Amino acid sequence: MDHLLTIITFVPIVGMVLILLSPKDQHNLIRWIAAAATLPQILIAIYLYANFDTATTAIQFAEKYPWVPSYHINYFIGVDGVSISMVLLTALICFISVFASFGIEKGVKGYFALLMMLDTGMMGVFVALDFFLFYIFWEVMLLPMYFLIGIWGGPRREYAAIKFFLYTLLGSVLILLAMLGLYYYNPTRTFDMTQLAANASSYSMTFQRIAWIALFIGFAIKIPAFPFHTWLPDAHVEAPTAISVILAGVLLKMGTYGILRVNFGILPAASHELAWIFLGLVGTINIVYGALCAMAQTDYKKLIAYSSVSHMGYVMLGLAGFTAAGINGAVLQMFNHGTITAMLFLLVGVIYDRAHHREINGFGGLASHMPLYAGMTGLAFFAAMGLPGMSAFISEVLVLIGAWQLHPLMTVFGASAAILTAGYMLWTYQRIYLGPVNDKYVGFSDLSARELFTLVPLAVIVLILGVYPHAVLSLLNASLVHLNQVVLSAPGAAVALAH
Amino acid sequence: MELNNVASLAYFAPELLLSGTVAVVLLLDLVSDSPTAAGIVAMAASLVTFVLVAAGGVANAWLFNGMIVFDSFAFFFRLLITLATIVAIWMSLGSREVKRCDQGEYYAVLIAASLGMFLMAEANNLLMAYLSLELVSLTSYILTGFLKHNRRSQEAALKYLIYGGVASGTMIYGMSWIFGIAGSLNFGMINGALTHSGTGASLGVFIALVLILAGMGYKVASVPFHMWAPDVYTGAPIPITTFLAVGSKAAGFALLTRFFYPAISRLAANGSWQALAGVDWPQLLLIICMITMTLGNLAALQQTNMKRLLAYSSIAQAGYALMGFVVLSNDGIRAMMFYLIAYYVMDAGAFLVVMIIANATGREDLDAYRGLAWRGGLVPAVALAIFLFSLTGIPLTVGFIGKFYLFAAVIRGQFYILAVVGIINSVISLYYYLRPIRTMFLDQPNGDEGEVTAEAWNYGLMGVLAAATIVLGLYWGPLIAFADRSLKFFTGPT
Repeated sequence: MDHLLTIITFVPIVGMVLILLSPKDQHNLIRWIAAAATLPQILIAIYLYANFDTATTAIQFAEKYPWVPSYHINYFIGVDGVSISMVLLTALICFISVFASFGIEKGVKGYFALLMMLDTGMMGVFVALDFFLFYIFWEVMLLPMYFLIGIWGGPRREYAAIKFFLYTLLGSVLILLAMLGLYYYNPTRTFDMTQLAANASSYSMTFQRIAWIALFIGFAIKIPAFPFHTWLPDAHVEAPTAISVILAGVLLKMGTYGILRVNFGILPAASHELAWIFLGLVGTINIVYGALCAMAQTDYKKLIAYSSVSHMGYVMLGLAGFTAAGINGAVLQMFNHGTITAMLFLLVGVIYDRAHHREINGFGGLASHMPLYAGMTGLAFFAAMGLPGMSAFISEVLVLIGAWQLHPLMTVFGASAAILTAGYMLWTYQRIYLGPVNDKYVGFSDLSARELFTLVPLAVIVLILGVYPHAVLSLLNASLVHLNQVVLSAPGAAVALAH
Repeated sequence: MELNNVASLAYFAPELLLSGTVAVVLLLDLVSDSPTAAGIVAMAASLVTFVLVAAGGVANAWLFNGMIVFDSFAFFFRLLITLATIVAIWMSLGSREVKRCDQGEYYAVLIAASLGMFLMAEANNLLMAYLSLELVSLTSYILTGFLKHNRRSQEAALKYLIYGGVASGTMIYGMSWIFGIAGSLNFGMINGALTHSGTGASLGVFIALVLILAGMGYKVASVPFHMWAPDVYTGAPIPITTFLAVGSKAAGFALLTRFFYPAISRLAANGSWQALAGVDWPQLLLIICMITMTLGNLAALQQTNMKRLLAYSSIAQAGYALMGFVVLSNDGIRAMMFYLIAYYVMDAGAFLVVMIIANATGREDLDAYRGLAWRGGLVPAVALAIFLFSLTGIPLTVGFIGKFYLFAAVIRGQFYILAVVGIINSVISLYYYLRPIRTMFLDQPNGDEGEVTAEAWNYGLMGVLAAATIVLGLYWGPLIAFADRSLKFFTGPT
């Protein structure tokens, strides 16, 4: 039980090797190897969840071995409250994505091998505590993503894939420079994030600001924050369903996770000074702008993509205020958005598989002959709107409560966008599921068992967290309150407050 | 210690072996009918050379009355150059182009070029530097034009010759300035003279350095002496292109470093260097470095011939390596040395795949790669993808580690503008490195691209290089330690 985090990170790589060794035409064998490789992740994640000590802020399940001692690079992994929630989310989404990918018929072997590699990359980002290791995982994930979008994507896949790659590489290299700066201007010369955080006060304020902004841009591209969001609609629309699910469910969270772990943890004074504008203001723009863009879309998938931009804005807004409610709400929103948006993309995939198009105006009256599908979509839509009783309600309310103390005006804009969200969600629902029945689609079968298998767990989690958010909040609270403390008590923070 | 001519010979075994091999291969060509005999002898000789170099270790001495220096730095580059020679010969043995040539002369000239590169890495005197550089140049002209029935090859050789002639003429003129100012051609003496000269001679030295840079910059293909590279890389047989790209460039960097650092700079505290006599060559090279990588990358964006694309890429790569050169610290030089190893592995690999495709289809344009992964060429396609990602600097490859150390040195030296230019270039370069990858994996074949057949000989080397790219990207500790140990210039008994 000593190496659980190593196992949870690298078990997909074992799966990848097995897949590469299997015969090319044994599609089912390959699919089930992938499923078998992600199942242990779920089991370990549940074990970690059950054995996680929620009272402490310390790093748990840590493993540390020297890697390149001459440069103080270690293989150092572990989890705290924030990362364990993301580990849970990643394990869940990856497991579901494997099943959502069973419909892939072209290049099955390559597809699942890359999916496994992607899984390891994402899991690694959330468990890595050595900045160098974090960076490696962060970048490694780009490669499979590029091919998954580029080979298995829609008509404009090449454009979308290269845009995604170029954007994220630009962000990554900025992170690399900031990382090297943190290494060299630190008295102890280390990549260990916990140690870097402990030495936070040794950096000059000017350096902190520059590094903070470089890191922020790197992470903001992943979130994606306005104005770096333009890769997202393209990537989402062109990516195959399961990859969209992973993109929206896990990948976007890596951006906000990075901000929490690196910007807040290692550069608290600069965070205190800059967060309101870069997270608060930009987050508010994300919320409103994303919602308005979503409203204008006629492509079902693009609409969901823009709704992600909007919902990730809540995460940023929640982080900006450094209040217990806000930051807890933000991380809970990361988790909730991961599950809800995964549902939404799966649901888009369901209709796309049958109709082979996603024109919202081309459908109509689907509810009458696909009741199960319409019901499930209704649940997901209400969840996305943040209706009480659903998980997103709790997190968005927490975010807004926290944001009020930062800036009432931002909160007003953020809260009002809920009306826009309800507007485009309901309008979309009406155009696709209600109204006169479009004869073309009468023969469509309702949700299959496999589709239900991918949707139901997510729906259950959305409902449970709607009434019992404590299941996740209890993990987060100790670590986040501690992080808040660090930022608020950072030297220089008091000065910033006075202005 | 300084050894006389006779005593020096004991340390000179690898070079003597190479000289002997040139003669043996030429003679063998007269008596043997076997088309591969010359290649096999050359291969065996380079393998033995590698063993001799490795076993010979470091003597820390001046040989031949100070013409040549035998230190850790030279040791490092002699190993690297031998490895480049081995790869070039291995590729030549598997190349269709080369099979149609006169094999004996080809390998003899190739080994002679290797000998010249050895001497470039060891030169401790401007005269020796000039002679060795000329030896490499002359042999390179011949090798470039070796495809006698190929007009591009002929044209490339002529261009190379003209540019080379101008560059070396300019360089030797600059050397005469140095001789006038310092009163000696010996690096140690030049250093001593400049240390005591004060800033009075700084303008003269600066002019001399600019002139000398023409010759050395021409060897590493840095702007503005890069113009020959695209044509020569495209026209030459692919094994020779590889040899020029990895071997000749490494030798150029060795000479450049030895001249600009131990000869005309001074090692200060904390492993940082200072230019002597108030000459501001670091500023000049900083600008050259930034322009080199930017120009190389921008020009590569439009290329549709793989050799030409890799030619411009290699100009940009020289710019990256120069990042380590211009920051005036041991950190930087070490990063540069590490990067040259990384560059050797990944660039040789990329050219090898280009050769495999050219062998099978007779084509070098990007269209020949369309859908390569889907028409039986999955293995070379994956290998090329690995090499290109490594050239871009994506993690899990040795190219990333190389860039990591370069940027680390740049950040540590607080050259922020250089760092930003460097990262923007990395992003630009991704675009054109992805183009072949996109063509191979994302596009479907049309059916007119030709078959790709597996060739055990070439696939073997490709596998070794691809594995090295990844293994060194995961575990590079010993390699950086080796570069660190090798970063010692012998400047006299201490």
